[in-house]
Amino acid sequence: MTLQVVWFVLWGILWTAYFVLDGFDLGTGILYGFLGKNDSERSALRRSLGPVWGGNEVWLITAGGATFAAFPTAYALIFSSLYSALLLVLFALILRGVALEFRGKRSAAGWTRLWDTGLIVASLVTALLFGAAFGNLFRGLPIDAGGFRGTFFSLLSPYALLTGLFFVLIFCGHGALWVAFRLQGTLGSRALSLARRIWLFLPPAAVALMVLTSLSTDLEVNYRHHPLWAFVPVFAVLAFASTALFVARGRADRAFYSSCAAVALIMFSAFVGLFPFLVPSRLDPACGMTIFNASSSPYTLKIMTFVALILVPIVIAYQAWIYRIFREKISLESPSDDEGY
Amino acid sequence: MDVVTLSRLQFAVTAMFHFIFVPLTMGLSLLLAYWETRYVRTGDETYLRMTKFWGNLFLINFALGVVTGITKEFEFGMNWARYSRFAGDIFGAPLAIEAAGAFFLESTFIGLWVFGWNKVSKKTHALAIWLVAGASNLSAFLILLANGWMQKPGGYILRNGRAELTDFGALVFNRYGWLSFFHALFAGCTLSAFFVMGVSAYHLLRKKNPDFFTRSFRTAAGLGLAGSFLLVVSGDQQGLLVTRTQPTKLAALESHWETRRAAPFSLFAWPDSRGEKNAFEWLRIPSGLSLMAYHRADAEVKGLRDFPRDERPPVLPTFLSFRFMVGLGLILVLLSFLGWLRSRRDRLDARPALLKLFLYAIPLPYIAVQLGWIVAEVGRQPWLVFGVLKTADGVSNSITPGMVTTALAGFTVLYGLLAVVDVYLLARFARKGPAEVSR
Repeated sequence: MTLQVVWFVLWGILWTAYFVLDGFDLGTGILYGFLGKNDSERSALRRSLGPVWGGNEVWLITAGGATFAAFPTAYALIFSSLYSALLLVLFALILRGVALEFRGKRSAAGWTRLWDTGLIVASLVTALLFGAAFGNLFRGLPIDAGGFRGTFFSLLSPYALLTGLFFVLIFCGHGALWVAFRLQGTLGSRALSLARRIWLFLPPAAVALMVLTSLSTDLEVNYRHHPLWAFVPVFAVLAFASTALFVARGRADRAFYSSCAAVALIMFSAFVGLFPFLVPSRLDPACGMTIFNASSSPYTLKIMTFVALILVPIVIAYQAWIYRIFREKISLESPSDDEGY
Repeated sequence: MDVVTLSRLQFAVTAMFHFIFVPLTMGLSLLLAYWETRYVRTGDETYLRMTKFWGNLFLINFALGVVTGITKEFEFGMNWARYSRFAGDIFGAPLAIEAAGAFFLESTFIGLWVFGWNKVSKKTHALAIWLVAGASNLSAFLILLANGWMQKPGGYILRNGRAELTDFGALVFNRYGWLSFFHALFAGCTLSAFFVMGVSAYHLLRKKNPDFFTRSFRTAAGLGLAGSFLLVVSGDQQGLLVTRTQPTKLAALESHWETRRAAPFSLFAWPDSRGEKNAFEWLRIPSGLSLMAYHRADAEVKGLRDFPRDERPPVLPTFLSFRFMVGLGLILVLLSFLGWLRSRRDRLDARPALLKLFLYAIPLPYIAVQLGWIVAEVGRQPWLVFGVLKTADGVSNSITPGMVTTALAGFTVLYGLLAVVDVYLLARFARKGPAEVSR
């Protein structure tokens, strides 16, 4: 295995970790208005995200940084091609972070309404645009030897819109389960019944996505050549089914873990299909960005491999420790440390 | 305007805005860690109240530092794709290491620190803020290493149409990166000290919580004195390095046109770039520039006229920023000394004039750090990677002036609103005082 392959795997893991972890933050953000009927409920929802969302978002920064360090040519092409979409993502991520941090600082009605709306809109926009961005990567960008040949509107294909909507839907399901998993009482059960409704739509949406993926992308080519790898999407389907089952049975904890696995395995299935491309080209297959023509030098990859093998396990260890510290279920009456200053 | 100018403006706006929050994070996190450790060691509740009161202000600032930092990582790929492709083999590494090694620590442990008061032991809680402080400063170090390579590229070879890393050691031990890190660290300490002294002065003027704010003032004054003194020392060291590695920047800093030995230093001048001379010079110190740049009175300093016109940085902004930055730096040293002396000997609340001075001094270090970035980055022009890649050759091909104008307008409006919210919240919580905020 070459280091480029190692970095493709790592690249996939970093993006997947981001979507699994920030996915429930974004979902909780989108559903925040539906779930939190009053101020104390909304405060409890924010408390469920408070200690973890920042650390979750850093997986995005690390995924971006790893793309830059390991595949600079692809980083340059992807980020400049998706300019307008990423600009909106940036605005949305900024608004989301500020809304979560500043909402509790005052209790005046205008203030809380401003940041509540900001949180909901920003979470929705982030989920939708990341979905659409990855839809475009899977489908390929209009690139030739001179670089990107499209416009902002060429990114708005029906397939990209569908992946965007699917991201929104699955993050909503994921977020509702997070809330059901973390909160006690009526808020937790309300989240579970909302998750139940969302999970009615998710299986048909997933089937539609799979059909459209095989029609609009070349992701299935790898599976035709290497059918053994089909175990990844098979596991994805199993994780999907088990989440649906646990949701139906009202087992919030297991449903949430299973939903984490489902999000992860869907991303893995797509990455297996994408390999060895980071971005295929829709104009000329030879102009696609692969892990071979877009990577850093062997020397840099070697150094970055050492760095990643040391740092990533440490990060996982302390983040797991933090999740453990905050494992106790949140009730509406729990002391709100963030407003206790 | 063209894509290059617009992208430079966008980068300048987003970087300078981001750097409003960075230095306070760097310095105040260290103060918080010190106070919380004192609380754990001594059990003195005032230290706990200090940690919480200043911690609350820290968090408002920290949130904005984090969200505006994401923009920076995306911008290299979005606006500077040709640069990213050219230098990613080298430049990407410190950025990725920053995210995985520092930013993760910072963001994860700030969560524990904010929400974990009743969840973990006092010692673990204090450890969390030490990790945040260490990681914030490590983060700045790695970013400045990346910047250091752009300023003083080394350890690479031009191959495959790009710069490829050949010596990781040269990247990690880049002298420019280390010196600007220390300069930024001491700037962070100084700025944070003035922030704490200024807010304390506000309360001491109103005779509220005199004990609490005198103690806060005192700790900050010590940090400010050490910080501002080292700030000047590190700045001088940077000057020596710039002399050796970026002669165009040095000449622009001094608006020095003619190559000569025993070059004089003019306290103030007005550069005339078209005429390649100074319109006027005021208060010339013989051999002053030679002494500053080389620490030798008869050293020869190369003037701007000896460099091709298309390799000279814009002289006026570089020169003025440098003059005002250094001026402010010296004022900060004097003020720190005064604050340190008075807070040691006297009762501060009996000295309203001094307190007012410190209240109104809060913006000074903020202005100085912004000027510092203008000096470093405008002074590097027209190069993106000094001597290797011109700024105009680093910009993305696929973006249009319309796209970048939209981005620039969007950032300006959004950041403007965030600035209003930031100042409003900081002022509100700073005024509240500790009594109402502690439990």
